[in-house]
Amino acid sequence: MAVGRVLVVVESVGGQALPASLELLTEARSIAGNVDAIAWGAGGAASLAGEVGGYGAARLFDVGDVGDSLPGPVVAGAISGIVASGDAPEVILIPTTYDCRDIAGRLSVKINRPVITNVIDLEAGDDGIRSVHSLFGGTQIATARFTGDKPWIFVVRAKSFAPLQSGGPAAEVIPVQPGDLDATGAATITSHHVESQTGPKLDEADVVVSGGRGLGTKEAYAMVEELAELLKGAAGASRAIVDAGWVPYARQVGQTGKTVKPTVYIACGISGATQHLVGMKGAKHIIAINKDQEAPIFSVADVGVVGDVHQVMPKLIEAIKALA
Amino acid sequence: MNIVVCVKQIPDPAAPPAIDEANGTLARSGKLVMDDSDSYGVEMALQLAEQAGGGEVTLVSMAPNGETSGLRTALAMGAAKAILVSDEALAGSDALATAKVLARAVGRVKPDLIVAATESTDGYTGTTPVQLAELLGFPSITFAKQISVSDGKLAVQRQTEVGYDEVECQLPAVVTVTAGVVEPRYPSFKGIMAAKSKPVDQLTLSDLGLDASEVGATGSGQEVLSVVDAPQRASGEIIVDDGEAHQRVVQFLQELKLV
Ligand SMILES: Cc1cc2nc3c(=O)[nH]c(=O)nc-3n(C[C@H](O)[C@H](O)[C@H](O)COP(=O)(O)OP(=O)(O)OC[C@H]3O[C@@H](n4cnc5c(N)ncnc54)[C@H](O)[C@@H]3O)c2cc1C
Ligand SMILES: Nc1ncnc2c1ncn2[C@@H]1O[C@H](COP(=O)(O)O)[C@@H](O)[C@H]1O
Repeated sequence: MAVGRVLVVVESVGGQALPASLELLTEARSIAGNVDAIAWGAGGAASLAGEVGGYGAARLFDVGDVGDSLPGPVVAGAISGIVASGDAPEVILIPTTYDCRDIAGRLSVKINRPVITNVIDLEAGDDGIRSVHSLFGGTQIATARFTGDKPWIFVVRAKSFAPLQSGGPAAEVIPVQPGDLDATGAATITSHHVESQTGPKLDEADVVVSGGRGLGTKEAYAMVEELAELLKGAAGASRAIVDAGWVPYARQVGQTGKTVKPTVYIACGISGATQHLVGMKGAKHIIAINKDQEAPIFSVADVGVVGDVHQVMPKLIEAIKALA
Repeated sequence: MNIVVCVKQIPDPAAPPAIDEANGTLARSGKLVMDDSDSYGVEMALQLAEQAGGGEVTLVSMAPNGETSGLRTALAMGAAKAILVSDEALAGSDALATAKVLARAVGRVKPDLIVAATESTDGYTGTTPVQLAELLGFPSITFAKQISVSDGKLAVQRQTEVGYDEVECQLPAVVTVTAGVVEPRYPSFKGIMAAKSKPVDQLTLSDLGLDASEVGATGSGQEVLSVVDAPQRASGEIIVDDGEAHQRVVQFLQELKLV
């Protein structure tokens, strides 16, 4: 084993660990002899003990209920307490989510250690752990490593590893405290707003149909939704049309949006900017419709149609309907 | 209300990216421009200062090479002044080292609010602003898609997986904005002329009381071992639509048993 002890930050929703955290627990088992998890949640995180244990965590540090606070400072405080306790992990694995990126930033300062972000793979070697990164929309691969003292903090992109259960017993629950946060812990959530979404989740769907600025208008996005529904898939978007307010942010695919790995990704009127490609290049098959033959999206497409979305998509939708 | 905006100056993203052969990091010699991601923060800050009925917008930037052209763009938009920390020893600084430098620079202004982008175009660690907040002992709210300030309180709509949360905290605080939060203004001709004479305070590490060993490549505790070409996807089939191209897509979906 490359290292002795890894701590995985486990974010959960409704009492269930996010897949991105289960992916990291799985990877942690192959780089370290001992795997611990840390979690928080309404009513405490103890209800996750069975789930994280089943993915190989021996111990679950329970930060408890963080109430209305943003979790970043609280969880970072708790981790820095663990590090100071003498029972420090050598590696801390953190998934790339909104709250977890805050945790990484806060923790970095609290324990005065750098962070390596945007990790897509980890390699265990004699000299420790190396991180792998995708650059320039996946055209180049960089390998990096820490040169300074442990613990090493890696922030890993979703879907970098396949989650696999270990069949382990429930983790031993150990309560931990965040310590004194002063003003840093002052941000509180006053209300939640859920934007409605039907059909399969974007990051779990087998088919993703995404639209970009090439659709021309907000109304034309209905074609994307219709095609997605016909293929029992989810509808996604480029950042350009999210920024333009055509679709909610929850649909964004790419570096600052979701990472998707469907069987088929269909890009409609999307240029294929590097920040979009990193979010969908892992799809098994890619279909692109774009009127510009030079669009970078064609460099990753298995089937590329050089054409107008307003011509191709309606015919495609009708043809699929005719088959049903 | 006095606001600091963190403005990163980066190599022109429209130019082909170059890797510095020596250390595997992005080459940052040449001319730098304002990161587009930060134009939203500058606009947001200008609007918040206007709404508050006074106060200044100060830019804070760190760059190894004394470059000010990106800052001039933001000054032309309407910011009052800038602090540029520039020192050769800063080359290769990671996010934590950058945050340490920015924290010292911000400390000179004592702002009510610090605005940064959610992530930079070239570094995209997305951690620098939160590290800055922790160093200053401030609360932070990241991923803001709407911001308002009243009675010394910051209120933000923060993006989440499923929609957004309303989040608030007292000032001083750090907030990071997403693209699309506001529409950045184009600098007017008058603004561009005025920007030429606005103050840009150039500081070195020693001015900030920082030691070169804490920053730059040496202070960053990480190194790039290699950068290689990624295996390319096998090149696909490109068809120019003659009115029937959709048939090929249907056939492909049938081969995959999806229809
Ligand atoms: C820090 C940072 C993070 C980012 N994160 C993301 C991210 O997470 N996700 C993301 O998507 N982007 C992201 N971006 C933005 C990214 O750089 C691009 O700006 C964006 O992806 C472009 O969206 P688009 O392809 O829809 O629009 P455009 O680039 O404008 O492309 C539109 C395409 O549509 C084609 N077209 C036009 N009309 C038609 C027609 N009638 N029929 C067919 N095709 C047509 C055009 O040929 C063109 O290729 C990020 C940028 C930065 C700086
Ligand atoms: N060198 C810098 N100078 C000024 N601001 C910076 C610098 N580096 C990062 N920032 C700010 O922090 C944000 C996030 O950067 P990053 O952590 O590189 O993704 C940027 O968009 C800027 O607002």
